[in-house]
Amino acid sequence: MPVAASAIYFLNLRGDVLINRLYRDDVGGNMVDAFRMHIMQTKELGTCPVRQIGGCSFFYMRISNVYIVIVVSSNANVACAFKFVVEAVALFKSYFGGAFDEDAIRNNFVLIYELLDEIMDFGYPQNLSPEILKLYITQEGVRSPFSSKPSDKPVPNATLQVTGAVGWRREGLVYKKNEVFLDIVESVNLLMSSKGSVLRCDVTGKILMKCFLSGMPDLKLGLNDKIGLEKESQLKSRPTKSGKTIELDDVTFHQCVNLTRFNSEKTVSFVPPDGEFELMKYRITEGVNLPFRVLPTIKELGRTRMEVNVKVKSVFGAKMFALGVVIKIPVPKQTAKTSFQVTSGRAKYNAAIDCLVWKIRKFPGQTEPTLSAEVELISTMAEKKSWTRPPIQMEFQVPMFTASGLRVRFLKVWEKSGYNTVEWVRYITKAGSYEVRC
Amino acid sequence: MSGHDSKYFSTTKKGEIPELKEELNSQYKDKRKDAVKKVIAAMTVGKDVSSLFTDVVNCMQTENLELKKLVYLYLINYAKSQPDLAILAVNTFVKDSQDPNPLIRALAVRTMGCIRVDKITEYLCDPLQRCLKDDDPYVRKTAAICVAKLYDINAELVEDRGFLESLKDLISDNNPMVVANAVAALAEIQENSTRPIFEITSHTLSKLLTALNECTEWGQVFILDALSRYKAADAREAENIVERVTPRLQHANCAVVLSAVKMILQQMELITSTDVVRNLCKKMAPPLVTLLSAEPEIQYVALRNINLIVQRRPTILAHEIKVFFCKYNDPIYVKMEKLEIMIKLASDRNIDQVLLEFKEYATEVDVDFVRKAVRAIGRCAIKLERAAERCISVLLELIKIKVNYVVQEAIIVIKDIFRRYPNTYESIIATLCESLDTLDEPEAKASMIWIIGEYAERIDNADELLESFLESFPEEPPQVQLQLLTATVKLFLKKPTEGPQQMIQVVLNNATVETDNPDLRDRAYIYWRLLSTDPEAAKDVVLAEKPVISDDSNQLDPSLLDELLANIATLSSVYHKPPDTFVTRVKPATQRTEDDEYPDGNETGYAESPANAADGGASPPTSSSSVPYGAARQPAPAPAAPAPVAPVPDLLGDLIGLDNNAIVPADQHATSSGPPLPILLPASTGQGLQISAQLARQDGQIFYSLQFENNSQITLDGFMIQFNKNSFGLAAAGSLQVPPLAPGASRRTLLPMVLFQNMSAGPPSSLLQVAVKNNQQPVWYFNDKILLHVFFTDDGRMERTSFLETWRSLPDSNEVLKEFPGIMVSSAEATLDRLAATNMFFIAKRKHANQDVFYFSAKIPRGIPFLIELTTVIGNPGVKCAIKTPNPEMAPLFFEAIETLLKA
Repeated sequence: MPVAASAIYFLNLRGDVLINRLYRDDVGGNMVDAFRMHIMQTKELGTCPVRQIGGCSFFYMRISNVYIVIVVSSNANVACAFKFVVEAVALFKSYFGGAFDEDAIRNNFVLIYELLDEIMDFGYPQNLSPEILKLYITQEGVRSPFSSKPSDKPVPNATLQVTGAVGWRREGLVYKKNEVFLDIVESVNLLMSSKGSVLRCDVTGKILMKCFLSGMPDLKLGLNDKIGLEKESQLKSRPTKSGKTIELDDVTFHQCVNLTRFNSEKTVSFVPPDGEFELMKYRITEGVNLPFRVLPTIKELGRTRMEVNVKVKSVFGAKMFALGVVIKIPVPKQTAKTSFQVTSGRAKYNAAIDCLVWKIRKFPGQTEPTLSAEVELISTMAEKKSWTRPPIQMEFQVPMFTASGLRVRFLKVWEKSGYNTVEWVRYITKAGSYEVRC
Repeated sequence: MSGHDSKYFSTTKKGEIPELKEELNSQYKDKRKDAVKKVIAAMTVGKDVSSLFTDVVNCMQTENLELKKLVYLYLINYAKSQPDLAILAVNTFVKDSQDPNPLIRALAVRTMGCIRVDKITEYLCDPLQRCLKDDDPYVRKTAAICVAKLYDINAELVEDRGFLESLKDLISDNNPMVVANAVAALAEIQENSTRPIFEITSHTLSKLLTALNECTEWGQVFILDALSRYKAADAREAENIVERVTPRLQHANCAVVLSAVKMILQQMELITSTDVVRNLCKKMAPPLVTLLSAEPEIQYVALRNINLIVQRRPTILAHEIKVFFCKYNDPIYVKMEKLEIMIKLASDRNIDQVLLEFKEYATEVDVDFVRKAVRAIGRCAIKLERAAERCISVLLELIKIKVNYVVQEAIIVIKDIFRRYPNTYESIIATLCESLDTLDEPEAKASMIWIIGEYAERIDNADELLESFLESFPEEPPQVQLQLLTATVKLFLKKPTEGPQQMIQVVLNNATVETDNPDLRDRAYIYWRLLSTDPEAAKDVVLAEKPVISDDSNQLDPSLLDELLANIATLSSVYHKPPDTFVTRVKPATQRTEDDEYPDGNETGYAESPANAADGGASPPTSSSSVPYGAARQPAPAPAAPAPVAPVPDLLGDLIGLDNNAIVPADQHATSSGPPLPILLPASTGQGLQISAQLARQDGQIFYSLQFENNSQITLDGFMIQFNKNSFGLAAAGSLQVPPLAPGASRRTLLPMVLFQNMSAGPPSSLLQVAVKNNQQPVWYFNDKILLHVFFTDDGRMERTSFLETWRSLPDSNEVLKEFPGIMVSSAEATLDRLAATNMFFIAKRKHANQDVFYFSAKIPRGIPFLIELTTVIGNPGVKCAIKTPNPEMAPLFFEAIETLLKA
C-alpha cells in the first residue's frame, strides 16, 4: 500500500508539538506521547529511524532543531514516507526563504497547515512542486472568484497546472534575456588506508540548473559520457571526435527528464522548471582524478609524546587552485600541548573536536605543503585502552575542476518562438567524505 | 517571505476562551481571521478549544480562502467530538462543492471526507458523485481519494452508491494524476475488501504502464505498487513489463526506484532466459548503490531492502561490496546494516579486504558496533572455509589489544568456529586462556568454559582453570552454571583423576541440592545417574561427536523471503516481518486469497520459537546475533525431533531443559484420563455411541479432546471426523487416531487442530459443527461451542507501558463492556492463577472505592490483542468486564470465555 503517513508531527527538541496533522483515523491523537516516552526520552533516539511502539510504527528524521515524525498503523511505504519528508522540507524552505527550524515553523504555521493539506491527502503524497504550489498557495491567500472580477482567473489555470503532464512548469513565462546557468558540482568521497591505498573512492555529482527561459522550451543536454557518445555516433553513423569519455555508473534525473527517451536514445531531453533545480545526479567510481593526496606519519613516542607529520599534495593543474582547504588531524583526548610548523596556511589545536585543524585558504596546484607537529599528552592511569585513531578528514573546493572529467558538450534549446539563449557553465569539485586513515 | 505567525501563540491572559469567543464574533473580518488563527494555534499546542465550535463554524461562510481552510482544519479536528454541531457546517460544504472555483470544490470534498461523522457522510454522497465527474482534473483527483476515505467510514454506502464503478472509470481518465490517485484508492479498497474489486487485467496493465510515463513521481509509486500484485501470464509478458518499468530505475525519487525494483524482481521470477535475468541484475545494481548516497534514514530503508534482495539474488551486488564499507560518520543504524550486508557479500575473492575493514571497525568507539564487527569476523570464518584461518588470526590480533568487550566477543565467536571446524584450530586455546580473568559476561564465560570442557584433554591445567570458576558457582548466571556442570563432567570423563572427582562432587552437589533452577537440577541428576550407573554409557553420551554448525542465523525462510520481497519499500521489508504480524487491523476473511502460498496453520508457530532451544543448554550458546527483527517465521523445533539414535548428550540435557510443558509423558496424548468432557452426542441419539469433546490448549497447541464410548452391541471402527466452516477456520491437523472400539470400550484421544483453514464469512460466532462417522453407523452431527480462551497464545503478555499505549491508541468505539451479576470472585489469587493458566496475563491491579480493578492482556492468533479490565468486589457477586481490542466484533465470544473461566 503506497500510503506514506497516518499522521505527521513536527516537534522541537523538547518534544513539544509545533504542528501536527492527522490524515487518517487509524492512529490515536496522542501517539506523539508514545514517541516522546519511548524514543525521545530514552537512549533509543538515534539508534534506528523506524520503530514500532504498540500497534503503530514511527518514522522520524531530525532536521536542524526539529523532529519530523510520521506515524502509521498499516504496512506503509517507508521509502515514500521519508522521501515525502525530505521533499516537504525542501518545499517549506523554498516558501520561508531558506531556513527550516523551530522559529520558522512557528512563524509560518498557518501556511504550513495549508501546505500540509495540499501536499498529502489521506496519507497519499500529492504534488510537492514549489513552482506550482506557489501559484495558488500564497502567504496572503488566494481570493475566491466570488468577489474577484471574472477576468481575473489565475486560479482555474492553477488546477490544470497541478495535475498537468508538465506539472513543474507554468505556462506563459516571458524573459527579456533568455539565459541558462549550469553548475556541475561534484563531491569526491575517498577512504584511503594509512599506507596510501585507495579503499573506496567515488564521485557523486549533480548538475544544478538555473533557467530563465520564456515559453515552453525543449532542452537537450550532451555530456562526454561513453554511452551517450556511442549512441550518438551510431545514430549519425560517423565516429565522434576522440577525446576523454567517461563512464557513468548511475544517473538519476529530475522528474522533468523523459526517462523512456533516455533509455532508448541515451539523450537527456526535458522541459525545465522555471528557476533553480537539480537536473540530474550521477555517480562515478572508475577513473577518478583525486585532487589531493594526504601522506600522514604519526608516531607515538612513549606515553606522553606524539609526533605528527602530514604532507598534502595537490595533483591538479598548476594554474588551478583550491579554496577553503581544511585538514583535520585527530589527536588523543588527553592532549596537553601542541606545537606546529607549517609551510603554508595556519594550524591550531581544537580541543572540542580533538583535532589539529590546518587551514589553507588558497592552495595552488602541484604543490605539497607539510605540517609537522609535536603533541604532548597528559599521562593518565585511566586511559589504559590504546587510542583508536579516527581518520584524517579533509574539506576543500576546487573550482573549474571535475574529479570525474565530466564535461558539458552542448545544451540545445528549442522553443517555438525561436529565441536565442545564452548558456553559462561552471564546474566545481568539493570534498564529500574525504578520509585518510592514519 | 517569512511570516510572523508566532504572535498567535502568545496569548496567555486569563479568560482566553471568552476573549476568543468575542473576537470570533467580531464584525471586522481581519479580527475574525486573527481569532481563528489564535484558535488553531491553541489547538496545535494541545489546548481544548472545542467549546468554540459554533463560533468558529460561523466564520466558515467566508470569501477568504485562507480563513476557510483554517476553519476546515478546525472542523476536521473537532467534528467528531461535536457531531450534532458539525451538521451546521454541512450546508456550506455542499454549497462549496458547487463553487465555480475548482480549488474550493476540491477543498470541500477533501475536507468532508476527513470528517468522520455519520450524519455528514450521508450528505457527502451527492457532492462526491458530482465531483467524480467534474470537468476539472484537480477536483477529480481529489474526489478519487475521497472514495477511499468514504469506504473506510462506510464501505456499504460506497458500494450501494456505485462509487466503485465511477472510480474504475477514472482509470481511463485522460489526466495522469487522476489515474494515479484512482489507482491508489482502488488498491486500498481492494486491500480492505473481501470481494475482488480491483483486478488488474492485461488491458489495465498496459494502460497504467503508459500512464507511468506521464504522472508525478508519487503517482508512479502508486501505480508501481498496485501493479506489483500483477502476475504475468508467461515469460514473454513478464519481459515486456520489465522493459517498460526499467527506465524508472533512473528516477531521482528513491520511492520510485524501490517500487520499480520490487516490480522487476516479481516479474523476474517468471523470466526463464538467463541472459535477460543477468542483464536485469546488471541494471538494478547502480540504482541500488545510488540509494546509499541519500539521507541516512533513506539509506537505512534501502539497506534493509538490499539485505533481502541479496538473499534472493546475490549476483546483483556481488561486485559492489566496497560501497557497503562504513564511513566514519555514518549513523550507527546505517553501519550495523552495512555490516550485515558485508557478511552476506563476503566471498573468497574479497575476504582479505573485508577482514581489513572489520578489523578497522573493531577499534572504533561505539561498543555495539565493535561487537558486531567482531562477530562478523567469526561469521565469515564459519561461512568461508578457506578464509577461516585468516579470520582467526585477525581475531587473535584483536584479543591482543586487550579491550575487554572485544576479547569477550572474540571468545564467543571462536567457540562457534570450533564448532564449525572441530579439531582444527585448537592450537590457539593457550592464547585464549590468557584472557580468562577478564571475562565477566555470561555468554563469554559460558563459551570459554565450553571450550575448556570440550578440549579438556589437551589443556594441561584444565582442572585448575575450571576450579577457579567453581568457587563462585552459586552466584553465576544459569547459562554459566549449566556450562560449568557439563564441562566438569566432560573433564571428569576425560581425566578421571582425583582432582576432577572432587570437583564433580562439588558441582553435582551445588547443582542439585543448592539450586532452585529446575533446568540445572534436572541436568545434574541425569549426569549423576549416568555416572553412577554406567560410566561408559556416560562417555558415549557426554563425549559424543557433535554435529557441525553452519551460519544460517540471518537467512530468512524462502517463503518468508518471497513475501518480504513482494513488500519491498514498505514497513514489512524494513522489519523483515510479514505485514500481518504487526498490522493489527485485521480484515474479516480476505486473507485466504492472498495468503494461499503460506499454509495458515503455521501461524501459531510464528511465536518466536526459542531459537536456541536445541543447543542452548549443554552445547554452547549460539553467538550468531540475529537481526533486530529476526526471522520469526521458523517452525518451532519439535522438542523430541533429534531422536537420540546415537545419543547426543547435550540434546538429552536440553530435552529436560525445555519448559515444563515439555515434560508431559509422551503417551498422554493417547490415553490420559482427566476431567470429564461435556457430552455432545448422547448414547441415546448416537445408537449407543456416545461422544464427549472439548477444545483444549496444551503445550501452546490447540487440540480437540474427544472421548468415544461404545455402548452399542457391535465393534465400531474406521472413525473419521470433519469440521464445518467456522469463524476461526478450525480444522483437524491430522487424522483421527481411534482404534476399533469393542462393545463397552471407551477411548480418549487428542486431535491436533489448526486455525484459519476453512473460514466462514460473517460475524464471528462460537458455533463449531462437527461430523463424525464410522464404518458401521450413519454420520453423526453435533454442535460444539468454541471457547475463545483456548486460542489465547502464550505471547500475549504485555508490559504495563505497552498496555497503556495500546489502550490509548485504540479508539473508544473499540471498548465493549459487559456485566456478570451472577459471578463472584472469592479469592483474587486463585482467580489470577486460573486466568494465567489460560494465557490471560495479569498486568496490574488498583483499588477504586471498595472495588478491585484488575488489568489483563491476552492475544489470539494473528496477533489480535485483548486488553481487559475486570472490576469487582472480592467476595461479593457481580463482575464488570470491559475490554478493548482492535476487533470489537470478537467481544461477545470473549465474554462467553471469561464467563466460563470465572465460573469454573
